[in-house]
Amino acid sequence: MGMTMSQKILAAHAGLDKVVPGQLIEADLDLVLGNDITTPVAVKEFKKAGLDKVFDRKKIAIVPDHFTPNKDIKAAEQCKYIREFARDMDIENYFEVGEMGIEHCLIPEKGLAVPGDLIIGADSHTCTYGALGAFSTGVGSTDMAAGMATGKAWFKVPSAIKFVLKNKPQEWVSGKDIILHIIGMISVDGALYRSMEFMGDGLAYLTMDDRFTMANMAIEAGAKNGIFMVDDITLEYVKEHSSKEYKVYEPDSDAEYDEVYEIDLSKIEPTVAFPHLPDNTRTIDNVGDIEIDQVVIGSCTNGRLGDLRVAAKILKGRKVKKGVRVIVFPGTQNIYLQALKEGIIADFIEAGAVVSTPTCGPCLGGHMGVLAKGERAVSTTNRNFVGRMGHPESEIYLASPAVAAASAITGKITDPRKV
Amino acid sequence: MKAKGRVFRYNDNVDTDVIIPARYLNTSDPKELAKHCMEDIDKDFAQNVKAGDIIVAGKNFGCGSSREHAPLAIKASSVSCVIASTFARIFYRNSINIGLPILECDEAVQGSEAGDELEVDFDTGIIRNLTKGTTFKAQPFPEFMKKIMASDGLINYIKNKNQSG
Repeated sequence: MGMTMSQKILAAHAGLDKVVPGQLIEADLDLVLGNDITTPVAVKEFKKAGLDKVFDRKKIAIVPDHFTPNKDIKAAEQCKYIREFARDMDIENYFEVGEMGIEHCLIPEKGLAVPGDLIIGADSHTCTYGALGAFSTGVGSTDMAAGMATGKAWFKVPSAIKFVLKNKPQEWVSGKDIILHIIGMISVDGALYRSMEFMGDGLAYLTMDDRFTMANMAIEAGAKNGIFMVDDITLEYVKEHSSKEYKVYEPDSDAEYDEVYEIDLSKIEPTVAFPHLPDNTRTIDNVGDIEIDQVVIGSCTNGRLGDLRVAAKILKGRKVKKGVRVIVFPGTQNIYLQALKEGIIADFIEAGAVVSTPTCGPCLGGHMGVLAKGERAVSTTNRNFVGRMGHPESEIYLASPAVAAASAITGKITDPRKV
Repeated sequence: MKAKGRVFRYNDNVDTDVIIPARYLNTSDPKELAKHCMEDIDKDFAQNVKAGDIIVAGKNFGCGSSREHAPLAIKASSVSCVIASTFARIFYRNSINIGLPILECDEAVQGSEAGDELEVDFDTGIIRNLTKGTTFKAQPFPEFMKKIMASDGLINYIKNKNQSG
């Protein structure tokens, strides 16, 4: 029996020729990541254990992005704590406000994740880098602390589900619609403990931004990781962003998968996840009349340049519906700057949207767009759990940048093909 | 090691955003976090929970964010263990790493109601519902994870391993 892409990467990093599902291994890490919420707990653990050295100052990345720019005194103290740790340990990849971005938009842009890498991050959306053909997974703060100290982590080798993507998506259908469709199909624990491996001819029609969005939301199906087969589109991205050595892993021809799904991308409709779970999906023609108070466009899921371009294409020359608040937050400083140069930021502002500095803020109800009781948002983020964006009695509808932008114009959830 | 306590019963897909909402994550002090544990789905939890009490929930407990603050908040609430049909993987990992006992046992979940008194033996995986007079058996942990828990978490485990060379 052969190995999947994920299993091959794990085996290589554990110094083994072969691994099988369920096997417990210890593997060498290429990158250990944390943010301003999870790193303080990791640093506390690190210090409590009397550790005073990191395994490799170049293989750790710390990105204060959740409650930054500091939303209150306690958040400022947390950021100060990890800033000092990064300075004391001489961490090369510490990204301060001004050079930072939302971690999962920033890390690939900085060339810190490449095909074949084994990456852990104390943030559940660390699975994003699977878009580049890396094995990348979210862990907690203690794993981050142990990873920073030893450069290793323990893993239970996952089995996998294969998704064979076919054909070209329709206009206005993006990676977000595809992954929402898949989560709706397999449910929020449909891939629990397992890998989601994406391949097939349909990949040719998916930009890197589409793939980042899809790998990002693998966790919303419970997956350990989501990973894409590397192709020319991946390699072009890597060439443009990184000088790191990389290695391409393909699944063995006799790799065993628990399940195989063929997905005809041409049949996927714009898709929306209703409150309060990402698998509670409906296609746009079954949404009905849902009036909204707020639209959020951005995040580690959909804050990349391709996402902003799509939203701007719809909003350009139009006006946001009176009474609706539209908040756009680009993923990184670089994305923000590119959008500015392309005139996209002007399109947003002229339409009546606000544009925020990169931050995770609104996505997790932290700051910069918290919802009041009874309010409804259409959001391009990744979770619509109870209270995720604010009051426990507020509601979140997850959608693509195109649906979000169309909804901003009409004030209710709207098919982008109809505006 | 044994635990005994009353059941707090929840449904499927309890996510870490409701276990500890992000608006409280500007601190990592476990006592502070415990004050707000579960409040978005059970606002009286922090007030009602007593030392030793047991959280019993359906499938995919702890899904969503990787925040270790979630098992920390539960542990600091003096909950003795969490029993669920299944756990989301990061929560499962985090609980072992910080030494919060968790057990997967769908039968015990189906056979327990809020307020029932349970007794759990972690060595054998035997769960007794003292109120209903029923007994269940949970999946035992792999040896490797038992070692981490016996060391009271991953960091101590690494420390001990380094010291013993």
